[in-house]
Amino acid sequence: MRTVIFRTIAPYLSALMVLFSVFVLLRGHNEPGGGFIGGLIAASAFAIYGIACGVAAVRRAIIFHPMSLSAFGLFIAGLSGLPSLFMRQPFMTSQWWYIHIFGVEIPLSTPLIFDVGVYFVVVGAISSIALALEERESD
Amino acid sequence: MPLSGSEATVYAVLAPFAAAVIAPSLVRIFKHNAAWPLALVPAFVFMHFAGFVGAIAHGQTFTPSMDWAPTYGVTLSFYLDGLSTLFALLISGIGTFIILYSGGYLKGHPHHGRFFSFMFMFMGSMLGLVTADNLITLFVFWELTSITSFLLIGFDHLRMASRRAALQALVVTGGGGLALLAGFLLIMSLTGEANMSAVLAGDDILRQSPAYAAVLILVLGGAFTKSAQFPFHFWLANAMEAPTPVSAYLHSATMVKAGVYLLMRMQPVLGDTVLWTTILPLFGGATLIIGTLLAVRQTDLKLMLAYTTVASLGLLVMLTGTSLDKAIEGAALYLLAHSLFKGALFMVAGTVDHEAGTRDITKLGGLRGAMPITFAAACLAALSMAGLPPFIGFIAKEYLYEGIWNAPSGALVLTVTAVIGNALMLVIAAAVALRPFLGEKVDTPKHAHEGPILLYAGPVVLSVTGLVAALVAHTTGEYFVGPTVSSIIGNFEEIDLHLVPTHIGAPLYLSIATIALGILLYLRLDALRAMMTGALTAIGWGPDKGFDQAISAIVRFSTVVTRFVQAGKLQVYMVMTFIITALALLVPTYLAGAWPQNFAVPEFRFYEWGILIVAVAGLIAVLIAKTRLTAIVSLGIQGFAVAVIFMLFGAPDLSFTQFMVETLSVVILALVMTRLNLAPRDHRKPGHQLFDGAVAIAVGFGFATVLMRITELPFDPRLSVFFADYANAIAHGRNIVNVILVDFRGIDTLGEISVVMVTGLAVLALIRVRPKRRPPETGKDTGPAKTEQPKELEAAK
Repeated sequence: MRTVIFRTIAPYLSALMVLFSVFVLLRGHNEPGGGFIGGLIAASAFAIYGIACGVAAVRRAIIFHPMSLSAFGLFIAGLSGLPSLFMRQPFMTSQWWYIHIFGVEIPLSTPLIFDVGVYFVVVGAISSIALALEERESD
Repeated sequence: MPLSGSEATVYAVLAPFAAAVIAPSLVRIFKHNAAWPLALVPAFVFMHFAGFVGAIAHGQTFTPSMDWAPTYGVTLSFYLDGLSTLFALLISGIGTFIILYSGGYLKGHPHHGRFFSFMFMFMGSMLGLVTADNLITLFVFWELTSITSFLLIGFDHLRMASRRAALQALVVTGGGGLALLAGFLLIMSLTGEANMSAVLAGDDILRQSPAYAAVLILVLGGAFTKSAQFPFHFWLANAMEAPTPVSAYLHSATMVKAGVYLLMRMQPVLGDTVLWTTILPLFGGATLIIGTLLAVRQTDLKLMLAYTTVASLGLLVMLTGTSLDKAIEGAALYLLAHSLFKGALFMVAGTVDHEAGTRDITKLGGLRGAMPITFAAACLAALSMAGLPPFIGFIAKEYLYEGIWNAPSGALVLTVTAVIGNALMLVIAAAVALRPFLGEKVDTPKHAHEGPILLYAGPVVLSVTGLVAALVAHTTGEYFVGPTVSSIIGNFEEIDLHLVPTHIGAPLYLSIATIALGILLYLRLDALRAMMTGALTAIGWGPDKGFDQAISAIVRFSTVVTRFVQAGKLQVYMVMTFIITALALLVPTYLAGAWPQNFAVPEFRFYEWGILIVAVAGLIAVLIAKTRLTAIVSLGIQGFAVAVIFMLFGAPDLSFTQFMVETLSVVILALVMTRLNLAPRDHRKPGHQLFDGAVAIAVGFGFATVLMRITELPFDPRLSVFFADYANAIAHGRNIVNVILVDFRGIDTLGEISVVMVTGLAVLALIRVRPKRRPPETGKDTGPAKTEQPKELEAAK
């Protein structure tokens, strides 16, 4: 599988896919997309990179252990439910903030944070499975 | 009077829990001397409850409370009357000295702090138990005492015997606790009250209810297991595996009396019926005799005391079961006396063990010179236990004899039982207090000498209290026994206690008879022991053995069930899952006759037909594929076709996800194939293939019919209308699917991503635990591949 062409293209392809996954994640609230699908795209990006350049390269590239990414995702997803408690509203009631940067209104919200959490959980869980499977004992 | 408001009592009950938290740190700083500051906690609790004594003696009761879970009517409410105050005083008072004693007894133990923590947790639970007003609160504390008792019995967890005893105690008392919960729920539904004080005010409601027998048996199930009544007495003797402070505190003075407490507490509303006055004296009396006989057989000081505790609990149950005022006076007195002398004697036994290195009375002797203070305390406590004047034990015996001698029915049987039991109790008291100390000096494993003050403070104070309580009998009666009796019989009653019997009558003669019989038996103790050992060997079976048999029967049963349900082959699991899915889909459809009605061919456009053909072609490719890898990829074709169908019919999100899931599942399946070195070809026999094929068709057919049937039903648009209307308005999002996922039903998603993560962890673990190459084909080696882990960590960095 490790042909020269594949090995050369894979990093660029993976980078593009990760970028695309973030785009899909962020547009999710209004257009087709979201954390789950974004996470799947990123996970396949890592899988491709792993097949082409070896698991060790992927592990170096993502710095953290994929399971830690997953745990981090679950953590912030849970955390995103808390701000509403300070407003004396039930757990996970969505909160919105509108921030103006250079005249552009950027809507931020707890569902967005939650969706980012979903993204990380999915990326982490799927890629840790995929990477573990790709890993040969000889690696 | 209460020190300050009703909240003080809540804090008094919770204080030991706070002490449990700080105990380990204190031990780290002060070593065993941490016992001194820690003992202040129960001492303060004691003073708090002592503040109520005066008012309660005049017939007042207190119900301090704090909301806990108001929605469910569960309040942290307490009910202080004579009975609960007496118990609270015993728990905190004896607790103070037990804490000191533990300081000396476990000096230098590596888990000393943990031990204090457990002890305090128990103390808090026990205080909660006896003072709780709300039935559910009472139950929670009840179970907490079982759990802390489990932890304490198993404190020496490296020993098999400790673990077994701990588990046994938990199973027996926890099981009884469940019966009690059922009983309480029944009481709550019958009376409509959740508080003990209100239930007690209900008078005859329970007795006249048709469910009375059920309530009684359930409550007795809780009380008898906790208070080690025959045939549940075996756990208490095994609980002696615990360190001695635990035995002294939990398994003689306090926890095991919880059952007696409950019976006394419920006596006004459950007692005085034919059932009550039959069952309780029967089981109590049997426990009394069996307990003392078993005690006689033992040579281990702690076991002798443990069996007499069983016997004493039997006596208390028997007396409570008569529902006679006089007998109950005896019970209340005996309760007080027993806690004092038994707590002291256990501590003496522990001190002897600690200083001399053994607690087998056949290996002990002549310690009086080496341990004079301990000997004195032992004598005082034993005289009270033997029921000799001028000790509280003597007064207790006088009253209880008077009570049962005048019983309207069965007086003779009760009296004979009590006399034999008490005589044997005297034998044990004498053996425990005299054998290790008198006679010739025997060489003991350790060179015996008097223990530190931490060790003898408890026995001395408790045994002296037994004497003082009798000397000031009038005060004891007015402030402690009287209010307790009032609670048990349900009417206010003043008690006039006298140390010297006011008249020469049956009780005195019975006392003399008991003492004479006791001394006679003591002189023949060794012969008696040999006889008992012979008798028990002849029987050869006891509830203790029965417990083991029951447990192993349960284990065998669950093994058989597990073997059947979990054969250990993935193929079997998959086939079972699919068969059950098919049945779940088809059986209800068949029973309801809800097959789809119309089979009209839908009007598709040509490209829609095209996609459909691609999907079917993919499936055919799966079936005819020569290798597994081809089959996996072909399945992907069908998946992509379905994704396209989703897109064509207006579900872009779904289709998008389907694409990715299909891609990843093909990749992961292919990786699994190569990684696990599966055979490239399918080796199933034709018959097997036919069966699997039939299951697959059944599942597919099931799903198809159900879906078709559902689409035939009129569509209920309420949810879609709601989401369409509000997705943007409330949640500021135009993608309804996403808004549902992250906002409207966010909690669901939170649960789902937790599942995703746990699945990831589980898969990771499964990949790791594959058997190593050597030994190659056993398939049994499921231990984690340790060599892989460091590499993994490095890679992660």
